[in-house]
Amino acid sequence: MKRRTKERMKKLDVGFKTVDNALVIKIQGEIDSKSATHLRRKIDIEYDCANVRNMVFDLKDVSFMDSSGIGLIIGRYKRVSALGGVIKIKGANKTVRRIIELSGLGRIVKF
Amino acid sequence: MTNHIKVEFEAKECNVSLARLVAAGFIASLNPTLDEAEDVKVAVSEAVTNAIVHGYNKGEGVVYMEAFSYNGTVMLSVRDTGCGIEDIKRAKEPLFTTKPEEERSGLGFTVMESFMDSLHIESKLGEGTTITMTKRIGSRG
Repeated sequence: MKRRTKERMKKLDVGFKTVDNALVIKIQGEIDSKSATHLRRKIDIEYDCANVRNMVFDLKDVSFMDSSGIGLIIGRYKRVSALGGVIKIKGANKTVRRIIELSGLGRIVKF
Repeated sequence: MTNHIKVEFEAKECNVSLARLVAAGFIASLNPTLDEAEDVKVAVSEAVTNAIVHGYNKGEGVVYMEAFSYNGTVMLSVRDTGCGIEDIKRAKEPLFTTKPEEERSGLGFTVMESFMDSLHIESKLGEGTTITMTKRIGSRG
């Protein structure tokens, strides 16, 4: 019972795996200013250790994202492109796609 | 039917999600579509983040949020008494940010403008900023 309450209160989860020279980042929950700071730290550590060039953001289970998510992805783009890699975004919902389109991010990442 | 709420909370990033929930709860009585509710949540998130990160520079302060509903329209205002905006026109330019080192996208006002029907910014250096936004709810008729 206790565990279930704890899980329900959880607003963010992030999982990593490497597939074909890419770090796949699966984010569950809400991306805003607070969670973006936490995500940035975790992603950078994983990317530095993963020995891959590319990054894939799986946003299928992202229930909310504001422009903090764009800052997060642009920041990772700078790191990845400096090593000759690319970023791909998959599973973005309608609202997230609108924010990505507004930002012009679609011109530099695949989604 | 008209309605009005007023809330104030500490300028902490953990309170941004609370502000979103309050706004979503407030407009629920207007029977919004999922898209409309999402638009309001995103716009409020941007405005409150702006108050905390730029207005108070993540320091101490209070964020004042008010919401009115009238004739199927919601009006939301978010006010801080922080540092104020030097040049509103410039601040509204897409991708303009005073905090590039924090990976801020500089899209806050662009998103608010795009997701709401109107956006008004009032600011005085050293006195603070008030962001007022309106959106017609119930577009499905």
